[in-house]
Amino acid sequence: MEWEVVIGLETHTQLRTKSKIFSGASTAYGAEPNTQACEVSIALPGVLPVLNKEAVQCAIKFGLAVDAEIAPRSVFSRKNYFYPDLPKGYQISQFELPVVGKGKMTIQVPATSKHEAYEKVIHITRAHLEEDAGKSLHGAVDDMSGIDLNRAGTPLLEIVTEPDMRSAAEAVAYAKKLHELVQWIGICDGNMQEGSFRCDVNVSVRPKGTTELGTRREIKNLNSFKFMQQAIVYETQWQIETLEDGGKIEQATVLFNPDTGETRAMRSKEEANDYRYFPDPDLLPLAITEADQAAIKSQMPELPEAMKARFESEYALSSYDASTLTSSKAIADYFESVIQAGGDAKLAANWVMGGVTAKLNTEDKTIVDSPINAATLAQLVIRIADGTISNNAGKQVFEAMWSGESDVDAIIEAKGLKQVSDTGAIEAMIDEVLTANATMVDEYKAGKEKAFNALVGQTMKASKGKANPAQVNALLKKKLDA
Amino acid sequence: MALTIPDIKRIAHLARIEINDSEADKTLNKLTGILALIEEMQAVDTTGISPMSHSQDVVQRLREDVVTASNQRDAFQRNAPAVDRGLYLVPKVIE
Repeated sequence: MEWEVVIGLETHTQLRTKSKIFSGASTAYGAEPNTQACEVSIALPGVLPVLNKEAVQCAIKFGLAVDAEIAPRSVFSRKNYFYPDLPKGYQISQFELPVVGKGKMTIQVPATSKHEAYEKVIHITRAHLEEDAGKSLHGAVDDMSGIDLNRAGTPLLEIVTEPDMRSAAEAVAYAKKLHELVQWIGICDGNMQEGSFRCDVNVSVRPKGTTELGTRREIKNLNSFKFMQQAIVYETQWQIETLEDGGKIEQATVLFNPDTGETRAMRSKEEANDYRYFPDPDLLPLAITEADQAAIKSQMPELPEAMKARFESEYALSSYDASTLTSSKAIADYFESVIQAGGDAKLAANWVMGGVTAKLNTEDKTIVDSPINAATLAQLVIRIADGTISNNAGKQVFEAMWSGESDVDAIIEAKGLKQVSDTGAIEAMIDEVLTANATMVDEYKAGKEKAFNALVGQTMKASKGKANPAQVNALLKKKLDA
Repeated sequence: MALTIPDIKRIAHLARIEINDSEADKTLNKLTGILALIEEMQAVDTTGISPMSHSQDVVQRLREDVVTASNQRDAFQRNAPAVDRGLYLVPKVIE
């Protein structure tokens, strides 16, 4: 039987605020245990939560970025459960009336050996504000767990999708796009090692062609895209094998073990799913007006989709190029800087994607670490566009720039890469090639187009790659057809 | 909806309240009374009235995003039964 996997994601993004969502304690990462745990964070009796304005603004920004309904009134609820890193005995979250409602996001799924690259719309179900819990540390003291409440009360936006994804690749493409978007609009620092962006992935399988959803298992707390990919592939295979062996899938929360590459069910917490949500009487409804939204909209940067459309129209780039260049704000800014420094748009696009980002990917770096800055790359692009060097010679210049040289003209000079555009010199070379390759000339005259390309190749070889290929083509044609 | 003794035991367990059999009986009576009162209120015609999540019809005031709390760990930890290197200690919890 052929199976189909159905995936939905819940992502906890830590909002980039200075203070906690309901108190004035700092959210800075890495402080000594409990030095940022104020009376609200540790839930002393009698304290009251006061909502952070910045956290609300972050939620509005996200809602605007995914074209979502933003609730004019939303409500905070208590999610009740007992765990030592949650001293109140409840987490303040949102349940029936979240701040952000239905929205959508377009993802780009990269090509594989089986299919071309494609785009897909992923529907956002909701996004709600909530507080993070503290951290439990095991093993430091025998038979005890240590509790650090520095993280308790850190603002989170939990972003939930519809079960729209049909492969690990789509899930990873969505997660990467979301990761980029929250950084693009400046609401999250995106630091996955520090837990600023954590994904829970709901996975179920069903016979292909059916519409009913299978029983899902939730893979918790994935903090790397690589692990997400591995975990989904493993989990999908496990579910299919279980069903094919006549077994049943039990709804469960599972953890991924990066060392074994396997997922395994957590011991189910007793009554864990009965959270008895109710509106938190300590907090009044959150009101967001049209004016609030408009004020925030006016401060937001151009969004990736809009920028992509602009790149297509303004720079005549293909949809694929435009979406690659807007895959991160840093790359988009870099690309535009190359153009502002005088680089031709199409050439700049090719060099940013094929040159800079390709090289960064192999070295596992990001664009901010690029040894070639935008202004220097622009110089290279200018020299290719004005015919001083060929695109091929450009690659040698690029390599030299990558290893730290920055004067493009000096590199061209030192390596003797200057393109020969002198008609007389090229004609002389062509004459030599024609004399030495009389058979090819005859073949061409007999109608073999291939012979022409071979002659171009010979001429380029004779010039040691320095002749301007366009000129070689034109002059050769003229001589042969004369 | 009629509550049963197992319901009472379960609610008590979820709230981590220890309850013996005679207390469970009493609690069953009290909670049944509360539910009956709610049922009585359900009879009121609320057509056209939008539900409220708070007893007062006002909205949340927001705080500026400024760090105002200082480190008072030592003072707070004087109340804790056990601490170690800044951590609050609790009986071991393992998932």
